[in-house]
Amino acid sequence: MDLFDFGKTWELITELDGVQTALLAAAILGLVAGVLGPLIVMRRMSFAVHGTSELAFTGGAAALLLGIGVEYGALIGAVVAALLLGILGARDADRDSVIGVILSFGLGMGVLFLSFYKGRSGNKFGILTGQIITIDSTNLTLFVVSSVVVLAVLALVYRPLLFASVDRNVAVARGVPVKTLTVVFALLVGVSTALSVKVVGSLLVVALMVTPAAAAARVTASPWKATVLSVVFAEVSAIGGIVLSLAPGLPVSAFVTAISFLIYVVCRVIAWQRDRRTRVSAVEPALVAAA
Amino acid sequence: MSPASDDVRPAVRVRGAGLAFGPRTLWSGLDLVVEPGEFLAVLGPNGSGKSSFLKALLGMQDLSAGTVEIAGGRPGGANRKVGYIPQQRAIDESLTLRGVDLVGLGLDGHRWGFGFPGMAARRRLVSEAVDAVGATRYAKQPVGRLSGGEQQRLRVAQALVGDPEVLLCDEPLLSLDLAHQRAISELIDARRRSEGTAVLFVTHEINPVLPFVDRVLYLVNGQFRIGKPDEVMTTETLSELYGTRVEVLKVGGQIHIAGAQSALCEAEPHHHEHDVEEQVG
Repeated sequence: MDLFDFGKTWELITELDGVQTALLAAAILGLVAGVLGPLIVMRRMSFAVHGTSELAFTGGAAALLLGIGVEYGALIGAVVAALLLGILGARDADRDSVIGVILSFGLGMGVLFLSFYKGRSGNKFGILTGQIITIDSTNLTLFVVSSVVVLAVLALVYRPLLFASVDRNVAVARGVPVKTLTVVFALLVGVSTALSVKVVGSLLVVALMVTPAAAAARVTASPWKATVLSVVFAEVSAIGGIVLSLAPGLPVSAFVTAISFLIYVVCRVIAWQRDRRTRVSAVEPALVAAA
Repeated sequence: MSPASDDVRPAVRVRGAGLAFGPRTLWSGLDLVVEPGEFLAVLGPNGSGKSSFLKALLGMQDLSAGTVEIAGGRPGGANRKVGYIPQQRAIDESLTLRGVDLVGLGLDGHRWGFGFPGMAARRRLVSEAVDAVGATRYAKQPVGRLSGGEQQRLRVAQALVGDPEVLLCDEPLLSLDLAHQRAISELIDARRRSEGTAVLFVTHEINPVLPFVDRVLYLVNGQFRIGKPDEVMTTETLSELYGTRVEVLKVGGQIHIAGAQSALCEAEPHHHEHDVEEQVG
């Protein structure tokens, strides 16, 4: 099979309205996910993001059953989940188990809702693995508005949020409202997760929200550069994934996750080689850093 | 108060302060005025309320009695004028944060927004602060890969870059070797001499800072003494405080306390509750 038929790809991009909308949505999402990613990685919230996306699935499944828009259900599910995880899992010691408990319960409920749903089975699968091509102009509006709100709030709280994320004790001592920021960030993560569910599906949200930032963190220690790189990586993964999926007609999410994973591997190799050059006799930095 | 400082407001003023958790009183009736440029060491065994005292000054801990004024404001309200140096703790090696970023957060990390305006001025202030503590060589490296001593130098820069009136130090020398303990103490001392920054230095071990200390606040079992090191660190005073015979020995410019090891023992100095990472690298 010819996976990369560029002529056919170009034809699909220019002639299908849905594809252009999807590319626009992917570009917006790449920006949102890329900007949030480094903060998620710094705050060690990768698993929380996964948990949040599973509850976006539960919300989406409930919405499907009730006959309202899946994206509204996913949004409600993700925001509730992010708040629960952000508040209950605020203590490091509890965090893993709290996420595991909520995630599995939510996933179970989602499966139950889907089993009651008698509609098209493609809709069911779409919540789990994404169906960006189905984004139309109405839900694009929701998509754009949500993204703008997330980016605007993030711009406002960015510095104290960074402070609270990397240097909690001193941030508290300096009067940064650390607890309030935890809730605000949970909300931002919830909304962005719901957006990602539409593109890559709830099972694969981590590929856009976490992997690009984790890759960036391997090659730079500057929060600014990490954010820029993370956005670039997320854009390449999201847009590249859609473009590559067109000609072969395979699922978008497969390409998005493959590209972001490939970027991550390349970044790790770069970091590994650099470490070997600079710290010849040091104690296995790559292994320690991987922990 | 000396006549020369009549027109200068004190850096810290504590009046009739007390702190109790339930039936347990950590300390009470504490009156204290710390002048600009003064170096006050806060000493005492574990659980004596040293760190709680610092938290009360930061507005993170409510007093059960009395009032506190710091840098001319109420605790928590004047944090912009208060620098804070925490104890050294392991930082994740892969954390996306360089030394300059850490110091920069000390300057404006509490402000809203991205802070695009004033980037050039910010960079200059940060690089001056980094330079002043001799950390320029490694300031652009990931913080998590620096040694404890290097991290604490950056911590000093982080606390001083905002030009504070009061510097609160919570066991900043803990887990550092002797050379770094000395270097960090000297940096703090130099600052209070040149800029008149008052220093409140919580420590369980006075010797590294003994040459710089003006006064000691010694907390034990709900009791306390305030005075010059020579007045407080004596066999009589500490025996009275501990309620048991304690021998204070002065050897080669250092002070050693013998005889109350059980009360004094700090084999496992307190760490903060969120301390989960293991030291790596």
